[in-house]
Amino acid sequence: MKSNQINLTFSSIAENVGIARLLIASVGAQLDLPLNDIEELKVAVSEAVSNAIIHGYRNIPNNLVYFDLEVTRDTLKIAVRDRGCGISNVEQAMQPAFSTDPERMGLGFVFMQSFMDDLQVESVLEEGTTVTMMKYFKQTPSPTH
Amino acid sequence: MRLDGELDMSTANMLRQTIDGEIDKRGIRTVILNLQNVQFVDSSGLGVILGRYKKLLPLGGKLKITNVPPHIYKIMELSGLPKIINFYLDEAHAYEEGRGA
Repeated sequence: MKSNQINLTFSSIAENVGIARLLIASVGAQLDLPLNDIEELKVAVSEAVSNAIIHGYRNIPNNLVYFDLEVTRDTLKIAVRDRGCGISNVEQAMQPAFSTDPERMGLGFVFMQSFMDDLQVESVLEEGTTVTMMKYFKQTPSPTH
Repeated sequence: MRLDGELDMSTANMLRQTIDGEIDKRGIRTVILNLQNVQFVDSSGLGVILGRYKKLLPLGGKLKITNVPPHIYKIMELSGLPKIINFYLDEAHAYEEGRGA
């Protein structure tokens, strides 16, 4: 598999969550990942980017979200970074059903954890949060032709 | 109510307002959501669905979900939503259960 790197910076607006999903779906398709894996990647990316916009930037639109993809022979690394408010207690934030908003389910991190092979969250208050997610390819997909 | 497209944070508010409008202004108490044409859902979308269930409960209302595509159901299952909200194969089944209740 060819290595590849994509860095996308976009405004912290809801419309861009779908753009991030489109990008990860295209990369997943290029990597010949099964459709089910692509669906799961889309959910994980959607959660990470939504968190950056909703929580990191508290829905204030004139901020930037950094979306970085790195493909190697056997890994896909997705990093979503904001320069927002940060998370005071990462461990607590990652608990299932923990949400700062009653209308939300607190499942963002649960989905990211379930659908990715590794999840790291680094956060500094008033500096921002970086969510790094890894997908390990079980085997190098054989060329289709 | 038949939904289509992607249920994420960009569509969550509109969906919430639309359903709440039916509940608050028109007095609708049984809300059936047909998800046949929904292509994507994440926790923002699920939050709106759970929120409508919670809103209807004290009003004596019901939220029913029908025609869920398999890949959408997988996400919902992981969230635990099917343990709380009733899912039906199609709208006919959802209506049927309402009769006699």
